[in-house]
Amino acid sequence: MTAAAAQFDAMVPSACVLKQVTKETPDTFTLAVARENGSGENAFAPGQFSMLWVFGVGELPISISGDPSKHDELVYTVRSVGKATHALVSQKPGTEIGVRGPFGHGWPFQAARGHDVIIVAGGIGLAPLRPMIYEVFQNRAEYGRLVILYGARSPRELLYRKELAAWARQPETQVLVTVDYGGIGWHGHVGVVTTLFKYARLHPARSVAMICGPEIMMRFVTRQLQEHGLQEQNIYLSMERNMKCAAGFCGHCQYGKHFICKDGPVFPYAEIAQLLDKYEL
Amino acid sequence: MATRAQTPRAPRKKREPSPTRNSPRAAAEATSKGNGSQPKPNSGKRNAKTASAIEFDRANHRPALITPEQLEKLIATLINDGFEVIGPTVRDEAITYDPVKCVADLPAGWTDEQEPARYRLKKSDNPALFGYSLGAQSWKTFLHPAEARLFAAEKQNGAFHILNNDPIPAVSRALLGVRACELAAIRAQDRVLLGDKYRDPIYGSRRESALIIAVQCSHAAATCFCVSIGSGPKVSDGFDLLLTELVDANGHRFVVEPGTDRGIGLLARVDAKPALEADLAAVESALASAAQQQRKLDTAGLKEFLYENFENPQWDKISARCLSCANCTMSCPTCFCTTVDDATDVTGTHAERCRRWDSCFTQSFSYIHGGSIRTSAKARYRQWMTHKLAAWTDQFGSLGCVGCGRCITWCPAAIDITEEVRAMREGGVRADA
Ligand SMILES: Cc1cc2nc3c(=O)[nH]c(=O)nc-3n(C[C@H](O)[C@H](O)[C@H](O)COP(=O)(O)OP(=O)(O)OC[C@H]3O[C@@H](n4cnc5c(N)ncnc54)[C@H](O)[C@@H]3O)c2cc1C
Ligand code: SF4
Ligand code: SF4
Repeated sequence: MTAAAAQFDAMVPSACVLKQVTKETPDTFTLAVARENGSGENAFAPGQFSMLWVFGVGELPISISGDPSKHDELVYTVRSVGKATHALVSQKPGTEIGVRGPFGHGWPFQAARGHDVIIVAGGIGLAPLRPMIYEVFQNRAEYGRLVILYGARSPRELLYRKELAAWARQPETQVLVTVDYGGIGWHGHVGVVTTLFKYARLHPARSVAMICGPEIMMRFVTRQLQEHGLQEQNIYLSMERNMKCAAGFCGHCQYGKHFICKDGPVFPYAEIAQLLDKYEL
Repeated sequence: MATRAQTPRAPRKKREPSPTRNSPRAAAEATSKGNGSQPKPNSGKRNAKTASAIEFDRANHRPALITPEQLEKLIATLINDGFEVIGPTVRDEAITYDPVKCVADLPAGWTDEQEPARYRLKKSDNPALFGYSLGAQSWKTFLHPAEARLFAAEKQNGAFHILNNDPIPAVSRALLGVRACELAAIRAQDRVLLGDKYRDPIYGSRRESALIIAVQCSHAAATCFCVSIGSGPKVSDGFDLLLTELVDANGHRFVVEPGTDRGIGLLARVDAKPALEADLAAVESALASAAQQQRKLDTAGLKEFLYENFENPQWDKISARCLSCANCTMSCPTCFCTTVDDATDVTGTHAERCRRWDSCFTQSFSYIHGGSIRTSAKARYRQWMTHKLAAWTDQFGSLGCVGCGRCITWCPAAIDITEEVRAMREGGVRADA
């Protein structure tokens, strides 16, 4: 298929070779995918996602978790939770998977320049935030302090452990990690991610916060951030809904008046504050 | 819509089966498609003469008059030009849009009775060809098909390639008998499927090759409320030709207005005569009688009202009756939601991805890992109605309802969107609840 045809039809994937599959946790894998047809098309903004198609099985929205400055490959971190994600993480390097996108509006990295950045992630929610973390380190002088608050269910479910440790050693960077259940051998924090706020050194007046995780966690985190004095307009969330097309045609990802695929997945808190408390919206 | 006065597309010729179609299934489809469309060699040229990309000025063109015989000639001309003419027919005791070859295929002398959960066709003394209102089916069947293949792919040694990524239909269609509300619905789907960041080529190719012959209503069903919405019964734009059928002492005839240069060309080819003042006056009185409607929907401040009434006891009352059957969404001419299905053949080397209409009334519609978001029927009905009457305005700049009344007629539980809004606004209890 030619590039022109790909542009013509946003619903048709291009075939990309799976280069590498890395196990992050017992159920989560990072996939590096190369594009056949040149590097320019791999440009993406932190927080954007692709639709990944496993031949004959199904297609899923998956956030790009790699480094936005590297154009030779696209990196995804996938948690195997069902048929399609299981098929995706079980593909052998060398096989091809279908890629559409990138889609959506990502993190407001330009608006965040000149500010401290607070990253709050729960579980697989760290994956869509990792490109933003890379962005901060690549343009370190553009940003103030970087604070990363990350929660997972248990120590073995923590993503990117080596990187977390490396980031923690960087200047002007604070990394706090917690787990719901520590178990033997865990000496870190135990409790939900909001319990980390008391250890975080924040300058709310000059900070932009970016959050991704389960909705219930995001509700509590936004509340905490506001209690700490963060302005509503400096809080951003990445939302998830069922998605079949990512182009605004299928209707599945509607969230109030928003289509998460094209208006999101990242939203300023003020735009969705009214919706977050609505049950079964 | 001015942009519709565009270069007409020549009906497409028989498609060459692509060399990559090598699976038995794809090959079989290629053959059947090839046989199905009979191209006319010089049709493109003739259309091209009347083509114009400039805005069409309706004021410059006096309405014309044609007889049923000339309508016959119009249909024949379109077929001769390579169009498949789709129009109303009677099938299974209901009006259904199907291919028509001549005037005799149209439902002469039929009218309908519609009420919540009730539809009956009945014979009338009036020989009119368009003397009934809408059936269950809408034109989205032809523009945004209920099922369409997005692509097929072949796999070999872990690599795959996409086959026959050609979403363009083999034949151009002339849609005959498109009512005012249905044109409004087509415009609504245009904004969803063509007007935003991406263009849906499946809809786009069908839409752009379609020739539209609109018909103004002279009678409204009891379920119609286009007047409240402002979408009818008068047709204002978006057609190639606009017919109003008149049956009175002066005979059986059609006042015809062209809406595009292509429409003018067609009128010339059927030797249409200018309409008389009396005919135009008859059109106005036909429209006035269609504007007498029993149902009303108060749209003032409706968006804000529904956003504010996310919690309202009326939702529980509706959901106690709603069967979540999805009839309303299937029959609604603006509902556009779809899902996709993946399938492989037995060897696992040939895969297809198909898109099908979906409905927000299903549980799976809102499924994400861990469970559906809208588990209750209440949440699903609320999503549907709030989308139609509130969110749509924010998303696409118009209501998502055109007042066609299909969801009222075809709801087996007789749920009436206009009544539900009224009951919620009044905060009172329905008489029959
Ligand atoms: C914008 C966005 C970004 C995401 N980023 C990531 C990421 O980086 N890493 C990650 O692991 N997960 C991510 N997800 C979630 C991921 O898409 C779902 O976990 C995945 O679709 C579940 O599929 P499954 O078949 O394995 O699960 P199951 O729970 O078995 O689902 C069964 C079926 O439901 C359907 N389904 C379930 N969830 C969705 C969905 N969200 N959209 C469409 N269909 C669905 C599928 O058709 C699937 O076959 C993201 C979701 C969104 C919307
Ligand atoms: S919501 Fe009902 S009345 Fe409105 S356009 Fe759809 S089917 Fe017609
Ligand atoms: S409102 Fe009526 S037609 Fe629609 S899902 Fe409910 S029962 Fe079916």
